[in-house]
Amino acid sequence: MFARASLIAAGLAIGLGAFMSTPAEAHRRWLLPSMTVFAGDEATASVDAAVSNQLFVFEHHALALDNLAITGPDGQTVQPTIIGSGKYRSAFDVPLKKQGTYRIALTSEGLMGFYELNGQRQRWRGTREEISKIPAGATNVQINESISRTETFVSLGTPNDTALKPIGHGVEMIPVTHPTDLAAGEPAVMRFLFDGQPAAGLEIEFVEGGTRYRDNDGAQKLTTDAKGEVTLNVKDAGMYYLETTKSVDGKEGQPGRRASYTGVLEFLPS
Amino acid sequence: MRKTIAFLATGLIATPAVAGEMTVNVEIPRLRVAEYHKPYVAVWVENEAGQAVANLKVWYDVDMRNAEGTKWLPDMRTWWRRTGRTLKMPVNGVSGPTQGPGRYALKFRDGVRPLGKLAPGAYKLRIEAAREVGGRETLAIPFQWPPRGTQTGSAQGQSELGAVSLILKP
Repeated sequence: MFARASLIAAGLAIGLGAFMSTPAEAHRRWLLPSMTVFAGDEATASVDAAVSNQLFVFEHHALALDNLAITGPDGQTVQPTIIGSGKYRSAFDVPLKKQGTYRIALTSEGLMGFYELNGQRQRWRGTREEISKIPAGATNVQINESISRTETFVSLGTPNDTALKPIGHGVEMIPVTHPTDLAAGEPAVMRFLFDGQPAAGLEIEFVEGGTRYRDNDGAQKLTTDAKGEVTLNVKDAGMYYLETTKSVDGKEGQPGRRASYTGVLEFLPS
Repeated sequence: MRKTIAFLATGLIATPAVAGEMTVNVEIPRLRVAEYHKPYVAVWVENEAGQAVANLKVWYDVDMRNAEGTKWLPDMRTWWRRTGRTLKMPVNGVSGPTQGPGRYALKFRDGVRPLGKLAPGAYKLRIEAAREVGGRETLAIPFQWPPRGTQTGSAQGQSELGAVSLILKP
């Protein structure tokens, strides 16, 4: 076991860079709600889930809805109505029956990588516990854990904060300015956490939707301060996308970790 | 009965300690558009901090089945963020059906719902209109309360609202 752990560490030092830059990472993953502000006793938010280059155009592939987690205003899980998945997008409805804010998230996590056995390169995918099942003779073991969270927020009536509580795992965005009370021309503050702790120095890419209609995507590159916070400033109302990634090198035989977060926020005219 | 008369009589002579009447004149313009829906209109009073202190009027589709009309209330964005989203519609004495193009005079009295008792200070009368398949416009008329003598203020809308005026009387 000790020997294998060392091999993982050695493999990570060499192979991390190569592992991180898979082509899929150039794309943007998003959950796009029909609207973020709803009124009345009940309403329905319709959400599209896709991976694309252009925001918010269905042009690459649908996002699978296997790990959809919707938290209602009372902290309880809300069951969506899955409409289905086409080539370019998945779609689902979220019934809003309680007043307050809903956090809609797609999460994924898992470990994957490679090792060599008898001169053959083997692909590996599994859980943290399953690492011990890698054959004892494996060499050049390169395993990384990846955690991703793709989110958006909607409110029925008066927004509340119950669904916004940190989960404490991977990268999360904890809105300081309420995520369904955003207006163009008003600065919005968002705090980023990594495993529940403020993530300082995190690079955030912040992009307005409708990139297809602009020559330059106009992405704002922001960096979180000591409290893990960034301030979002937008001139025009619209749907906005933000993305960040935190990587931690593997130490003492532990796999490296790569946690990513993408979110969609709506800024309305003030 | 006699007491009431006595009170009214003195009120006519002396300056009343508690008084104040507010008339809001709202014009909804006639628009030449392919698909016309009467606008949703909200009239409210804001204090200097921008907080809504009195909801005076909300015109929306009150009669739609299953309260479907409430669906478009957030289109009055400023009103919605300030106060609308915390209300359970309809609100007695405040909400009413949408109105077509024309001029409307709305009267409110100090100490009487929905204006209620306003503390002395600087305020803004806010009017916001939003129309289905249309636009949105907000206007503001600043005023001091209580009024010293008759005072008027006005604002001119450019799209969803026409002339709006505020007349205050002690």
